[in-house]
Amino acid sequence: MRNALRAEWTKACTSPGLPALLATMVVSMVALSAAVAAATDPLPGTDLPKLGLTGVLLGQAVVAVFGALVMGDEYATGLVTVTLTAVPRRSRVLAAKAVVVAGVLAAAATIAVAGSVLVARLLLPADVVAARPAVGSVLYLVLIGLLSLGIVTCVRSSAAGVGAVLALLYVLPIVTAAVADPAWQRHLRQIGPASAGLAVQATGADLDIGPWKGLGVLALWAAGALLAGAALLERRDA
Amino acid sequence: MNGFANTLRAEWTKFRTVRGWVLATVAAAGLIVALGVMPGMEGTCGKHGLSSGCELPLGPGGEEVTDSFTFLHQALTGDGSITVRVTGMTGILPGGDPHGRGDTGDPNGPNGTGDPNSRSGRGGTDGPRHGVAPWAKAGLIVKADTGQGSTYAAVMMTGAHGARMQYDYTHDLAGGPDAATAAHPRWLRLSRAGDTVTGAESADGVRWVTIGTARLPGLPATAQVGLFVTSPQYTEEVHAGLASGAMGGPSQATGTFDHLATGDGWTGTAWQPDVIGAAGDPGAAGDPGAAGDPGGADDPGGPGGSGDGPRSGAEGFERDGDTMRLRGSGDIAPAVAGAAGLGVSISQTLVGTFVGLIVAVVVGCVFVTAEYRRGLLRTTLLASPGRVRVLAAKAAVVSGAMVVTGLTAAAAVVVLGQRVLRGNGVYVHPVPTLTELRVVAGTAALLALAAILALGLGTLLRRGVTAITAAVVLVVLPYLLAVTVLPIEAARWLLRVTPAAGFALQQAAPEYPQVAGLYTPADGYFPLAPWAGLAVLAGWAAVALAVAAVALRRRDA
Repeated sequence: MRNALRAEWTKACTSPGLPALLATMVVSMVALSAAVAAATDPLPGTDLPKLGLTGVLLGQAVVAVFGALVMGDEYATGLVTVTLTAVPRRSRVLAAKAVVVAGVLAAAATIAVAGSVLVARLLLPADVVAARPAVGSVLYLVLIGLLSLGIVTCVRSSAAGVGAVLALLYVLPIVTAAVADPAWQRHLRQIGPASAGLAVQATGADLDIGPWKGLGVLALWAAGALLAGAALLERRDA
Repeated sequence: MNGFANTLRAEWTKFRTVRGWVLATVAAAGLIVALGVMPGMEGTCGKHGLSSGCELPLGPGGEEVTDSFTFLHQALTGDGSITVRVTGMTGILPGGDPHGRGDTGDPNGPNGTGDPNSRSGRGGTDGPRHGVAPWAKAGLIVKADTGQGSTYAAVMMTGAHGARMQYDYTHDLAGGPDAATAAHPRWLRLSRAGDTVTGAESADGVRWVTIGTARLPGLPATAQVGLFVTSPQYTEEVHAGLASGAMGGPSQATGTFDHLATGDGWTGTAWQPDVIGAAGDPGAAGDPGAAGDPGGADDPGGPGGSGDGPRSGAEGFERDGDTMRLRGSGDIAPAVAGAAGLGVSISQTLVGTFVGLIVAVVVGCVFVTAEYRRGLLRTTLLASPGRVRVLAAKAAVVSGAMVVTGLTAAAAVVVLGQRVLRGNGVYVHPVPTLTELRVVAGTAALLALAAILALGLGTLLRRGVTAITAAVVLVVLPYLLAVTVLPIEAARWLLRVTPAAGFALQQAAPEYPQVAGLYTPADGYFPLAPWAGLAVLAGWAAVALAVAAVALRRRDA
């Protein structure tokens, strides 16, 4: 396992696009958080810590790309056959990739979230620093990356995989908002990966799902995707 | 040209032989339809016998209108004029929102304090509170008869928009910006000459300023003339983190008048109080207005029509010597859809477009990046060395496929979706056939242009993942931000400049400035006109394709 980890870490470090992608994530997240914080004249009662972390909505797309590329690039270039020759235990490869993705994303997301909180503190009138939304956002981004990794392992194409992840992240909330029945709306918000996971940012009162429970739902999504990916990886030709 | 036909054929063959792309396109159409006819929206229209149907009165132009007010009137024949002095307006607004604006009861500041989006004056109370709705109206009206939807011309004082002259529901002319108060009463005059009605206002009853003139071809010789007061649905925007929406409900206004006089041919003092659009008439459309609220905001209350609990006893008339007080609730205006309105518009059945968009973006992107990935592009460019021609053929094929998908799916949704919603008792605003066609064609154009944008990005970036993400972030994220976190001004700005401006093509219901509604993107109201929105999206797609063409010519494949 240690060798597999080391191999994946080397790939992630030396792949030309990935470090740039992480920089993009940090910059775009802080920029969107800053733009929203500057554009909003918050009413009293607005969930300020959450508002200051709006950039997560954009950062999650870049994180999804990162998670997708870590696996998708192997399929695109045919490297995956070499990888699986070197490490024949296929699940171990996926596990190593998941660990590397989680570690790298945790580091990058910490920087991005810290930047967003700092910017929000400068731009928003009230004190917006809160521990749970910030820590939760870092975990949220890590889980989105893992979800993306799992889905791309399932579909074996980064383009199709990232399309599916982005549909889950962006379209499901819009569809949910269009559902008229409040009970259904509530259920959809409780099971949607983005809406449930982002509950961890909320500090307001009326929540559809508890903050950590919501993050748990997202963790289940990510675990499910990774397990399905592992099962398919074991069974299929590479 | 023959060369282009061959290239086109080659690209079409590539497209139709990749099973995943064809399946995705078909699935997109299916999802658009499925989400369009999605059950869940329930209303009460027509569910309790014929009398519970939700037909709105139609105005002289055939448009749906709200027409309910308290009317102190008499029938007057021929030409003449009527004058009154408005000495003040008071009212009651619905409460129950924690961020309510404190007191709009003194409408002395006409500088937009009534704008539902303004954030002035915070604090507030739960429960009904005193205040005049910005578009509460009190003034003089000449109306064909007391039936709802009949032709009329009126001159009035409003809660926060000064003196106005309005006629035939959709027309609105602004007068002076001052509000009427006890200290500064305003005079209003309405004079009729044939089918022409002129509205005028004055500060002292001596020097008159004409606000406007209306020609009412359908006005009979004997018309109902008198005082009216009404106060519309009051709504305000609510923002709390990721949930935004609207809350509000019916409001009530009381106008105080004196010096009511007729002249220039009209005589008579047999004023008779009446409530137009009183309980028991159609218009009680259940609460379909809540349908479009994202984030579970409170039900904005019943429709502007009458028959709601909160409104019973809202109308009245008192006379004390020369002074008259008229209390009313309702509106004389075109009916609007959405949170502040009565029903849903067909735009809200097209939510599946977002799923379609993602598919369009993925297919458009992969259509070229797959060639880079497999090295097929070199073969393609060997076979047809005109590189721009290849790109044009690809754009034609992928946009053609998306146009067909969009047209079929949207046409099915517009036809079927409306039927399902009506069957569920939800009031769907009927729209002209031309608008329906535009919405259907617009959905197709939206998908096609998004696919072209993605194709351009795919060619430029040569990597499917980054290009897809860029396209989705450009097209879908602005909309998501606009309907969730952003304040309305920032949201409008975003929907003007980003490719998401193209969603304006799906706007079915027109926006009326003289009706206080929350014209939010979530309710299907966009800041740009449909064709302007199309132009913005087309501009983005054209720029992406042009830059891609230049890059493709310059670079190695």
